[in-house]
Amino acid sequence: MLSKRIIPCLDVRAGKLTKGVKFQGNVDIGDPVETARMYYEQGADEIVFYDITASSEGRGIFLDVVERVASQIFIPFSVGGGINSVADMRAVLVAGAEKVSVNSGAVKNPDIISEGAAAFGAQCVVLGMDVKRVEKSEQIPSGFEVVIHGGRKYTGMDAIEWAKTGEALGAGEICLNSIDADGTKDGYDLELTRKVTKSVRIPVIASGGAGNPQHMADAFTQGKASAALIASIVHYGEYTIRQLKEHIAGQGVPMRTIW
Amino acid sequence: MLAILDYKAGNQTSVRRALDHLGIDNRITNDPDLLASADGIIFPGVGAAGQAMDELSSGGLDEVLKSLIWQEKPLLGICVGCQILLDYCEENDTRTLAVIPGECRLFNPAWAEEDGTPIRVPHMGWNRVTLKKECALFNDIQSEAEFYFVHSYHPAPRAEFIIGETMYGENFCSVHGRTGLWAVQFHPEKSGAPGLKLLQNFHAYCLEAKDAQ
Repeated sequence: MLSKRIIPCLDVRAGKLTKGVKFQGNVDIGDPVETARMYYEQGADEIVFYDITASSEGRGIFLDVVERVASQIFIPFSVGGGINSVADMRAVLVAGAEKVSVNSGAVKNPDIISEGAAAFGAQCVVLGMDVKRVEKSEQIPSGFEVVIHGGRKYTGMDAIEWAKTGEALGAGEICLNSIDADGTKDGYDLELTRKVTKSVRIPVIASGGAGNPQHMADAFTQGKASAALIASIVHYGEYTIRQLKEHIAGQGVPMRTIW
Repeated sequence: MLAILDYKAGNQTSVRRALDHLGIDNRITNDPDLLASADGIIFPGVGAAGQAMDELSSGGLDEVLKSLIWQEKPLLGICVGCQILLDYCEENDTRTLAVIPGECRLFNPAWAEEDGTPIRVPHMGWNRVTLKKECALFNDIQSEAEFYFVHSYHPAPRAEFIIGETMYGENFCSVHGRTGLWAVQFHPEKSGAPGLKLLQNFHAYCLEAKDAQ
């Protein structure tokens, strides 16, 4: 039986690991390569790196991080942030990432999904979605709107429709981040997660709001997510990945427990 | 030395990094002489079967590979490299290498998980392999070990070539072949310690096979 995945997310700025709350006030908290290796050894099922560097100089540093990670950890990892073209995708895949996540780049130019899937295979292309709760309306019937620029800009797109469009264009997976829940540690937005997992047949990663292992178990059992993204609950040493997995496996959720 | 087959549809660098980490001498190559002199060949692959076959046959590598397999050169196919050892793949309606009898099929969307929800495709993530017969690749690997899969099509070889199966809604064949000619649907180079051990086991087999000659 396919195990549910636990995926630590590492935000990287200018080659350093950083963690912000609701995309504001980022503080450096360590070396991303060392941290990735620690999570690999602790049993992470996959790792996500998110480049929050704006400058092109920072981009080079980031690709160097990706290359160093690829030579030290032997589980899949994906890379997102600032991916706006097939050339950007190729650069991170060549540096050693398995998958590449497109977010605002796909909102601006949805064809990047189909072009990426054609060039590298659908399994390489993750559609990253940042989503905020809004009043239900004709334009946003689900009450969940796609946002970009860290939640500062509304797109006028319904999250459920965008997920279906992404799947149709060839995305192999969706990483679904609730901006409302992100950084709160109050749990994933289960309603959002379930709505999206019901609407597509590709795997969905729940993201934003994990504060304890029960939140993650809920994302799997109620949200029907295939994977759960985590950040601060492991970055600050509150839980090890093994502790999280033992708790979740105790509820009958399939977990990879030997590695 | 292990040769990693170089063609455009491969994930050669991931395999190379894993072998480097294990201290196993390796070359990424499409040179027939170098392939012939290698102790064994790793045949990686990502993407679509049709494209992979086009890349192989346009350079004549399909015939080179087949002839080395006839000469019992040890070979390990990974992912798409595992699929195109079969006769046929539903993906792009592709005639493949026909080294192992059988075909490769799209996951049946009617298959359902234990809780009744239909399976998601691609089959992406960690899953177990249940061995149907002994296989040197799995020496000293715990039976509960999991491997990383990412694929939408699965091998369906003739029954006697099935070595291992994996449960995803229903059982599908995840390891097939015969001694010295193995094909794994998962990615050993991305499966942590058990995957690295499998690559080591393949290398150990290659050295034994060379000594036996």
